Amino acid sequence: MKEAAVINPVEPFLRMDRMPHIWCPGCGIGTTVNCFARALIESGADLDRLAIVSGIGCTGRVAGYLKLDSFHTTHGRAIPFATGLKLANPSLQVVVYSGDGDLFAIGGNHLIHAARRNIDIKVVCVNNLIYAMTGGQSAPTTPPEAVTTTAPFGCYEPAFNLPYLAESAGASYVARWTTYHVRQLARSMNDVLHKNGFCFIEVLSPCPTLYQRRNRMGDGLDTMKYYKEHSKTRHGAATRDLELSLHGDIIVGKFVDRERPDYLEAMQHRLREQLGERFVEQEAVCA
Amino acid sequence: MRLTEIRVAGFGGQGVILSAMVIGKAACIYENGYATLTQNFGPEARGSACSAQVILSDQPILYPYVVRPDILIAMSQEAYTRFTPELKEGGLLLVEQDLVRISDLPAGIRAYSVPATRLAEELGKRMVLNIVMVGCFAGVTGLLDPEALRRAVADSVPPGSKELNLRAFEKGLEYGRAKVGPLAEYPDAEPAIRAIEGLS
Amino acid sequence: MQADPKGVLTGAHFLDGDQACCEGALAAGARFAAGYPITPSTEIVERFAARIPTIGGVFIQMEDELAASIAILGAVWGGAKAFTVTSGPGFSLMMEHIGYAAMTETPCVFVNVQRGGPSTGLPTLPAQADMMQARWGSHGDYEIIALAPNSPQECFDLTIQAFNLSEEYRVPVMFMMDECVGHMTEKVEIPPAERIEIRPRRHTSRLPGEFRPYEANGDGVPEMVHAGEGYRFHVTGLTHDEQGYPAMNPQAQDRLVRRLKRKVHDAAERIALYEEENTEAADVVVVSYGITSRVAQRAIEMAREKGIPVGKFRLITVWPFPEAHLRALARRTKAFVVPELNCGQIALEVERAAAGHARTIPVTHAGGSVHQPEQILEAIAEALR
Repeated sequence: MKEAAVINPVEPFLRMDRMPHIWCPGCGIGTTVNCFARALIESGADLDRLAIVSGIGCTGRVAGYLKLDSFHTTHGRAIPFATGLKLANPSLQVVVYSGDGDLFAIGGNHLIHAARRNIDIKVVCVNNLIYAMTGGQSAPTTPPEAVTTTAPFGCYEPAFNLPYLAESAGASYVARWTTYHVRQLARSMNDVLHKNGFCFIEVLSPCPTLYQRRNRMGDGLDTMKYYKEHSKTRHGAATRDLELSLHGDIIVGKFVDRERPDYLEAMQHRLREQLGERFVEQEAVCA
Repeated sequence: MRLTEIRVAGFGGQGVILSAMVIGKAACIYENGYATLTQNFGPEARGSACSAQVILSDQPILYPYVVRPDILIAMSQEAYTRFTPELKEGGLLLVEQDLVRISDLPAGIRAYSVPATRLAEELGKRMVLNIVMVGCFAGVTGLLDPEALRRAVADSVPPGSKELNLRAFEKGLEYGRAKVGPLAEYPDAEPAIRAIEGLS
Repeated sequence: MQADPKGVLTGAHFLDGDQACCEGALAAGARFAAGYPITPSTEIVERFAARIPTIGGVFIQMEDELAASIAILGAVWGGAKAFTVTSGPGFSLMMEHIGYAAMTETPCVFVNVQRGGPSTGLPTLPAQADMMQARWGSHGDYEIIALAPNSPQECFDLTIQAFNLSEEYRVPVMFMMDECVGHMTEKVEIPPAERIEIRPRRHTSRLPGEFRPYEANGDGVPEMVHAGEGYRFHVTGLTHDEQGYPAMNPQAQDRLVRRLKRKVHDAAERIALYEEENTEAADVVVVSYGITSRVAQRAIEMAREKGIPVGKFRLITVWPFPEAHLRALARRTKAFVVPELNCGQIALEVERAAAGHARTIPVTHAGGSVHQPEQILEAIAEALR
């Protein structure tokens, strides 16, 4: 009997001509992309006016698989690229999709400044707690005691608490989920597509090949079990309490959802106030 | 006009750069000459010392820096001490009378001490002494058309202080003309130390 | 296409090179600038920040030069003409994005107001020691275009050229000023907008679905689209195929890298701007660029006053280097004298192009000032010995 051709509902959002993708079995990045595609369906966003920008790394490859205007930029610089893109054409919805190393180590300075300015971009950070593309080195998110190829005796640096950092720098929206929380994650992604200003979503995601295996945490499925058992949903939790540890609990939820003028609003307000009639709003570059 | 190198020097806040701008602009925008202005930048240009250099010529100017000025306008003692030695022989020195005491003047320099602060105060604003100096420069040298300088002044100062600065310019111009007259008309005159006022 | 009059400050002005460069960018249609303060270039973006709100556009002061140099690339893909401005240390930080711009064929302008280096060097004094960095500073094989102005007037005129060339060839253009030119004030005449020729973006007329982002035309330059136009295209710094998709194999690499080089290299003659005088019967030709060309001109005049016939060749386009032209010249002359504010960079190119047909005599200067014309005159005399 012939199998009926079933089209996955997220297929129209993917560049099927680029499949198969490069991600390992058990990797969570594909799951997040699936959630993102579902959020795009839900949101009713105009996909012709939505651009996706990635940096370098495993998550950096997301841009290349999404059937959108997509930019695979340089290591750490997805956010400043997105800043230029958004400011040159404010009618675009701009999403930055990248990894923890890209966004918080090499690109950390850009992230805090984009949050401070409240640039109207949405940042999805897939946090696998490690540098995966380069073979499992320590990241600024690697929890103490975790073993990596550059911390063979266990990590002894404190890790960044990403939601706390994003909130402190000024983000308008901050949430954290794991790849176990597909529905909640898709909902958060949908939220930020309707939210103005700098929005930040952290998604904890397994890297069975390099992180879980080296730390004897099993495979992708074991990680899902760990996420299920150790995740505690606490909407509105104080972000300073969201630190992660090697085997500890993971607080998930939406922590920050606040309103303040985004960069362009602030700029236009100030210039109009100072220059009055002389202020000229930029022309939309694309029709 | 043959190539003429001018240095304007004083301290920050006196409008040293502005006076040099006015001279340069008059020459190349409101007359048919060429002008190149350079100024000192950076930490060494902050605080007290301030200096700008203008080169005027009727030919395109190639070498951009002033090497041996024909004219020095000094508005502080430090500027006088530092820059007078580099003046060309037969060069012209204009100093602000209250701010500079002339001493150890090298031979062959024509020096004039201008009561620019007092003249500016007569107009009610001490701060326009730089434009008084420019007016005096115009009167003494005759290098540039006063009308070109007037336009350059009008075009370079904040609109609110335009009238005041133009009056300052006229005051300096009259003073320079009355006390010395345009030297340019007598290019071969004997180099001599002469006083406008207050210089013995 | 004519310039948009909104950005054109028609008239005669007394401007320094930095201000003139900003006016050139506005006249060329730049409506986005990102920068990070660094002496002696900052005046360019300061003026842009003051001017752009009444023209329509955006200036953003970024957190560092890495950010500034890629924000402009984002803006270009958003549809704007964009540039950034820096000097020595900042230029070093921008290198990765010069490579990214070359690889992704993003038209843009990098202004470098050169100061003495290495490292922090001489922030307020001139040099021309980044000439090789401009050409080779990013990793990998690629081509850029570099122009060197020698006056505020040229800072205006050639900034427009820089934007036009970047659009024509879809390459980053290095605008190689120096502190002396940047901070020197002279008359700058800005013509009426209708007399300023602007190269518009090579936007495709194809429809989505028919368009392949990196499919090159006869001249090796692909057409472009912007985000938000419905093309759903992909741009990557990875080696890519004509669709823009990563293609990591030696064949794709060969195809792409050779095209990126060829499109500029093959157009070198058309891109070359230079001034040549009295080279026909001269035994010595002085080759110079930027501020040094003015001092060289003085030296040439001094030599002529002494009855020494000296030719002049001023590079306005420094990269791609007008190699064929210099080689032809080398067959007619005995020696090249090459003064520059570095310890011998373009002199190496001249020597290479001369290929043994003429001697090359560098007149080096570590920077911090300009040459004395006498130093160049002395080298001319030496060349004749």
